[in-house]
Amino acid sequence: MTIRIAAETPWYDLFSRGARDWLRHNQKVRSAVKESLPDLLAGSDLITRPNRTVAVPVKFLEHSRFRLLDAQNGQGAGQGKGQPGDVLQPGKEEGSEPGEGGGNGNGEIKFVVELKVDEIVDWLWEELKLPELKPKRSATMDEPDYVREGWDKRGARSRLDRRKTMKEAVKRRAIQVDPVPITNDDLRFRQLMKRATPATNAAVIFALDVSGSMDEGQRRLAKQFFFFALQGIRRQYSKVETLFLAHAAEAWEFDESQFFQASSSGGTVTSGVAQLALQKMQARFDPSRYNTYFFYASDGENAAEDREPARAALAELAQVVNYAGYVETGGVATFRPRETQLAELFGELKARGCPVGVSHLGSQEDIWRAIREFFTEQSLEKAA
Amino acid sequence: MTTELEEYAARIEGLAHRLGLDYYPVDFEVAPQSLMTEIAVYGLPVRMPHWSFGVRYIHQLVRQSMGHSKIFEVMFPGDPCRAFLMDGNSLAENTLVTAHVLGHADFSKNNQLFARFHDMSGGNIVEKAAAHAHRIHQAIEAVGLEKVETVLDAALALESHVDVTGELHRARYAEFVKEKKRVVEGDFRKRFRTLPGESEPAAPPIGPLKTRVPPHPEFDLLWFIAQYAPDLEQWERDIFLAVRAESLYFYPVFACQIMNEGWASYWHARLLRDADFLPSPLYLDAIKAHSDVVRPFASGEQTALAINPYHLGFTLWEHIVERHGLDKARAVMKEEDDFGFIRNWLDAELAEKLDLFVYETRPGDEIRVANRDVGAVREAILAPKFNFGAPRVAAVEVKSDGGLVLAHEHTSDGRGLDAARARKVLEYTRRVWRRPVRLHTVNERAEPVELAA
Repeated sequence: MTIRIAAETPWYDLFSRGARDWLRHNQKVRSAVKESLPDLLAGSDLITRPNRTVAVPVKFLEHSRFRLLDAQNGQGAGQGKGQPGDVLQPGKEEGSEPGEGGGNGNGEIKFVVELKVDEIVDWLWEELKLPELKPKRSATMDEPDYVREGWDKRGARSRLDRRKTMKEAVKRRAIQVDPVPITNDDLRFRQLMKRATPATNAAVIFALDVSGSMDEGQRRLAKQFFFFALQGIRRQYSKVETLFLAHAAEAWEFDESQFFQASSSGGTVTSGVAQLALQKMQARFDPSRYNTYFFYASDGENAAEDREPARAALAELAQVVNYAGYVETGGVATFRPRETQLAELFGELKARGCPVGVSHLGSQEDIWRAIREFFTEQSLEKAA
Repeated sequence: MTTELEEYAARIEGLAHRLGLDYYPVDFEVAPQSLMTEIAVYGLPVRMPHWSFGVRYIHQLVRQSMGHSKIFEVMFPGDPCRAFLMDGNSLAENTLVTAHVLGHADFSKNNQLFARFHDMSGGNIVEKAAAHAHRIHQAIEAVGLEKVETVLDAALALESHVDVTGELHRARYAEFVKEKKRVVEGDFRKRFRTLPGESEPAAPPIGPLKTRVPPHPEFDLLWFIAQYAPDLEQWERDIFLAVRAESLYFYPVFACQIMNEGWASYWHARLLRDADFLPSPLYLDAIKAHSDVVRPFASGEQTALAINPYHLGFTLWEHIVERHGLDKARAVMKEEDDFGFIRNWLDAELAEKLDLFVYETRPGDEIRVANRDVGAVREAILAPKFNFGAPRVAAVEVKSDGGLVLAHEHTSDGRGLDAARARKVLEYTRRVWRRPVRLHTVNERAEPVELAA
C-alpha cells in the first residue's frame, strides 16, 4: 500500500462545472422572468436605466423535492448549557414586521438580472397578447419610394452590379472560343422603380398635467405609463417622433429630459394643451404621412370655466389622431363622488365613436391594465 | 511541501498499520480550491450537469467568501480510495488531513454498510460517475439539453427515493405469480369428501397469474420509474439508473456520518499523538486545526442549534475506547450505522456531559430548550437521517390508463407533505412518466388530500 501524492493539475482551473451549471440556471431564470414579467415590472423594484436595460431582482430557482410540511413546533438537537424552558432566541413581537433591517438573516441570496427593454417589450406583447398597432388605412398614407427592381444593360455607373456582370461574362466566355475578358454586353445595372409604400412614421404626443395637484407619485405613474406606451409604439413603427407637452394654466413644449421635472403651481387648463398639440401636429406631423398618437395624463380636475373650450379642442384632436389615450392619475384613496371633468369629456368622445381610451392609474399594478386596455381598444377602433 | 508531506504521510501510514488500521490503498491528490468547491457541491469530482448544482455552487462560493466553510479534504471510498487535499492547506493541516483520511479509509473498508455497497458497485464510483456524466453529455448532444434536463429534473428530485436495503442491480418483478390455492382445506371439506357418491371433477387450473405492478408499495421510485414508466426511452432509463447508482453510493456516507467523521477524527488525533517524528511546532499547529474541527460551538458561542458530527462522533469513540477497549470499538465500527451508534452508545451520562438538548422552534421564531432526556435527544439527532432524509413516498398503483399513483406514508413521517413542492415534483415526474401522476398525502389538518399533475 502506498500513498501517492499526485502533482498539481493545472487543467482543473480551465473548466468550471459549477459555473457552467450556474449559467444554465441563469438562463432558466431569464425564461422564468420572462413568464412573470408583467407582474415583476408592476413591482416597485423596477429601475429603468439610460442604456435601455432594466434590472430585475430575482430569487434563485428551487429544484423541488418531496418535503414534509413544516412542523408546528420544529425540533432539533442542540448542544450547550440551558434547562428546559430556557429561551435561546426570543421570538418576534406579534405583528411586528419580519425581516426589517438586517434581521432577515436566513441567508437568502438575491441577484439581479439585466434585461434589454426591447426584449421585454417583445415578451410583453406576447404575454399580454396585445394586438399589433394598425396604421391608418387611407390612400394618402402611401408614400412614394424608390425600390430596387431587376437589372438592365444600361444604367448609371454607380448602379453597376459587379457580381452579376462577372457572372454574365463567365457564361459568355464558356461558350465562346478565344473570348475577351469582358464586353459591354456583360454589364448589368441595378434598376430602381418608383413604388408607393405605406407610411411607417409615427408621432407620439405626450401631454402631462403639471399643475400643483399632480404630486410626485402621480407623475411617476404617468412617466411609467408613457414609457411603456412609447415602447409599444416603437415596436410597430420604424420611425417614431415624440413630442412632450406639459401644461398647467399654460402649455409648453419640453424635451424629454426636462419633461418630468417640469412643474407649475397654476391651475389646470386642458384646452391649452390640446390646442398646442393641434398646432404642433399641423406644423410638424402631416396627418397624411404620420400615424399620430396622443397620450394625456392628468388628475382630471380641469378648471370649470375651461370645460367648453376643452371639449371642443379635444374633439378636434380626436378627429385627426390615430388614437387618443387619457390616463387619470390619483390615489384610490381619493374619494370621488363623481367622474372628473376630463374623464367625462373623454367619455363623451368615446361614446361618440372617436378613437379614445380612458383609464385610471391608481397604483403601479394599474399600468399593465391600462397598457393592455389602450392597445386592445386601439386595435378594435381601427378594426371596426 | 509535497516532499515533506510525502515523508510524514508514509510514516503516519506505518504507524496506522501498527495500530491495526486496515484499508484499501489511498490515492492522494492535491487539488486547487476551485476543484474542492465543486466536489463539495456535486458530491463527486465529475458528475452530471444540472442547473440545481449551479445554485448550490453559488451558495458554496458565498459561504466560502464569508469564511463559513473551509474544505480541508474530500475522500471517496473505493479501491483505491481517492482523497483530495486542498493546495491551500498548510503542511500541518495536510498532515492532519492525511491521518484523518486513513481513518475514513479504515472505516469504509470495514463498516458493514460501506462494505455491502462496495461489493455491489465495485470500488470505483469516481470513474463511474465520470462515465455517467459522459453519457449524459452524449445524450445532450443527441437529443438536446432541454429533454435531458427534463429527465434530470425528475431523477434528481427523487434522488433519495431509493431502496437502501435493496440491490444495485435489481431485477424486474417476476412476470407471473403462481396460481393461488383456491380453497382452504377445512373440516367441512374433509368430511364432505368422505361422503359416498362420485367425486367432483377437478377444476382446470387457471394457470399462473400476471403480477400486479407494483405487487407491493414500492419505495424505490427511481428504480420503479426506470423499469415501468410506460414510454421511457433507453437513454432516459440510463439517466434514472445512473442517478440511482450514485444515490446508493451516497447512502453509507449519509447514514454513517457521525460514526465516520468521529472515527476519522479519533484516528487523526491518535496517529498524530503517536507521531513522535513530527516537529513540535507542526504538531502544535496540527492539533490546533484538530480542535477547530471537533469543537462543538462556533468561536465565542455558548450554545449551538446544530450538533457538530465531528465533535459528537469523536467524543463517543473516545468514550467507547476508554471504557471497552479498541477491539470493542472496532466491532462497533463494523456493525453499526448512525442509528445503532447513537441509540446504543449515546447514554444519559454522556448526553449530560456533552450538554445535549432538544430545542423547539415556535411560531414567531422563538427557540426554547425543550428537553434534556437522552431518548428525545437521540431521536432529535437521528430524525433528519430517517429514510435517507426524505419523506416516505411509495408507488402504489399503475392505473389502467397508465397513470401512476403515489402514496405518502404520513403515519410514519408524522405529518403530510409540503403541497407546493410535492406538486412540482409530480410535474417533473409526469414529464417522464408521460401519464397523469397522482399523490395521496395529508394536509396541515391531517385530512387526506390528493395532488395531481
